[in-house]
Amino acid sequence: MKTRPNYAAGIGSFVWLLIVAIPLYVMISGTFQTREEFGDNGPLSFPSSFTLQNYADAITSGFGRYFLNTVVVTVGVVAIVLLLVPPLSYAIVRSRSRGASFVFRFFLLGLAIPAQAVIVPVFYLINAVGLYDNLLGIILPTAAFALPICTLILSGTMRDITGELYEAMAMDGASPARAFFRLVLPLSKGGISTIAVFSALQAWNGFLFPLILTQSESTRVVTLGLFNFQTQYGINIPGLLAAVTLSMVPVLLVYLFARRALVQGLMGAGGK
Amino acid sequence: MTTLATRRQAAPGGSTTSRPARSGASSVGRPGFAWALPATIFFALFALVPLAAVAVLSFTSWSGLGDPEFVGFENWETLIADPVMLKSLWLSLLFIVLGVVTQTPLSILLGVWAAGNQRNRAILSAIYFIPLLLSSAAISVLWRALLDPNFGIPGQLSWLFGDGNLLGTQSGAIGVLIFVGMWQFTPFHTLIYQGAAKGIPTVLYQAAAIDGAGTMRQFFAITLPQLRNTAITSIILMVVGGLTTFETVLILTNGGPGTDTTITAFYMYQEAFQSFDFGVGSAIALVLVVVATLISLVVVKVSGYDKMNSSLEGL
Repeated sequence: MKTRPNYAAGIGSFVWLLIVAIPLYVMISGTFQTREEFGDNGPLSFPSSFTLQNYADAITSGFGRYFLNTVVVTVGVVAIVLLLVPPLSYAIVRSRSRGASFVFRFFLLGLAIPAQAVIVPVFYLINAVGLYDNLLGIILPTAAFALPICTLILSGTMRDITGELYEAMAMDGASPARAFFRLVLPLSKGGISTIAVFSALQAWNGFLFPLILTQSESTRVVTLGLFNFQTQYGINIPGLLAAVTLSMVPVLLVYLFARRALVQGLMGAGGK
Repeated sequence: MTTLATRRQAAPGGSTTSRPARSGASSVGRPGFAWALPATIFFALFALVPLAAVAVLSFTSWSGLGDPEFVGFENWETLIADPVMLKSLWLSLLFIVLGVVTQTPLSILLGVWAAGNQRNRAILSAIYFIPLLLSSAAISVLWRALLDPNFGIPGQLSWLFGDGNLLGTQSGAIGVLIFVGMWQFTPFHTLIYQGAAKGIPTVLYQAAAIDGAGTMRQFFAITLPQLRNTAITSIILMVVGGLTTFETVLILTNGGPGTDTTITAFYMYQEAFQSFDFGVGSAIALVLVVVATLISLVVVKVSGYDKMNSSLEGL
């Protein structure tokens, strides 16, 4: 249909490419340079030597531990979300009780509550139950705040299961639990992987809850480690860039091997 | 199976009579409310109860140790008289407006452009996407390093950036925060628009082309109106995101210079967790909830979004 190339769009997209790519180039190339070289030649210059020392420095300065903590938090959050959201969505989509439609509206309302708004009482609560400076203290509120969007996503998926399938199950005398495990879960695989990725990203990238609910090095997660590294060794820019790059690697792997699930997980509420 | 088929065939004729029987039969296999309970209780405990608690705490004085002490309207009086609070609200508004104004046109253009199916567009889209793989904390740390006055890009390109201390002035610091926000969030909104633009029926463009409409005309007469609902979703997300921006401010400017980039969300953190005045912090948090809800309601109302049930369901 289009007849002539759109030069304005071509130039615009090229300019944006530079804006996106130059910082990423500096980020990657900086990690392979020594501090002296980076300082002398400036961030935009081409690396003339090659070193992996910055990655070694980042890992020995504690990032190994931080990664382990973040993995624990991520696994915990995903586990809670996968345990709670499918039965909830099932009830929202299939239950005839008035409570279920009330619950759906309740979670829609929950979308509007920013985590910052409740951080003080959450801090109080976590302290009161003795989970301050404990990874579980990060896991619980992070999982809770992932619930509304996950519920929306999974309810959307479950709505697509046709009534005939349920009726066929009921005809065979299947209980709601049996229908849930034999019909609903297998047919909601796409939605379930989306909410798993979405909640994993929330946990992996989470900053506010760890910042406020932990303090010691043994419970530090990667995002806080980056912040801490920056305030302590702000002058060691190649080391800092190596730490930033390392923090991206797991997400990059998911991007390379499960692109569709990652994009949908990233989109969350925006994706529809 | 045969009963199911016959009943379905009979339905159009006697739908009123068959309805109660049908629901009676099928509610046997339906889950009860109990299925929703665990998640609901869990969410209430960490979101709804705290929301009520924040309202109560805003009338107390609490330093984090011991128990909160009831002080009436004292925190609210402090806040109303506090020039930093007022300034933070204006700054938040400025952040939201500048964020929406910079990100929306850019992501619409990029999204529509990327929705085309030329091969180079797919490759460029993959590169545009990369900032989404980084956390807010990582992006803020990255830009802080890139903008370092001594070792960063401004130092190397001093003909462009002058003395290179971009974060030293209010306009510079705001500009940097808006730019970093754009760098971080445009890919996300581009994806939203790209998905929506791909969904616009090609028939519309073919009809317009037959009527002699050029590319520009097609963009304004078809593409933009078709993206309206998407734009509302995207803008609501930008507004709420802008209002609650936190990592970027903490890591890049720490609210400075002075209080020149102390937006309300960051001021709440400072009052509660740096000055240990949790009462005032809670009051600011409550303001934040009210403002977030109001803005969302206004956007929904102005746009007529609330009248579109199906879109809301899909959100």
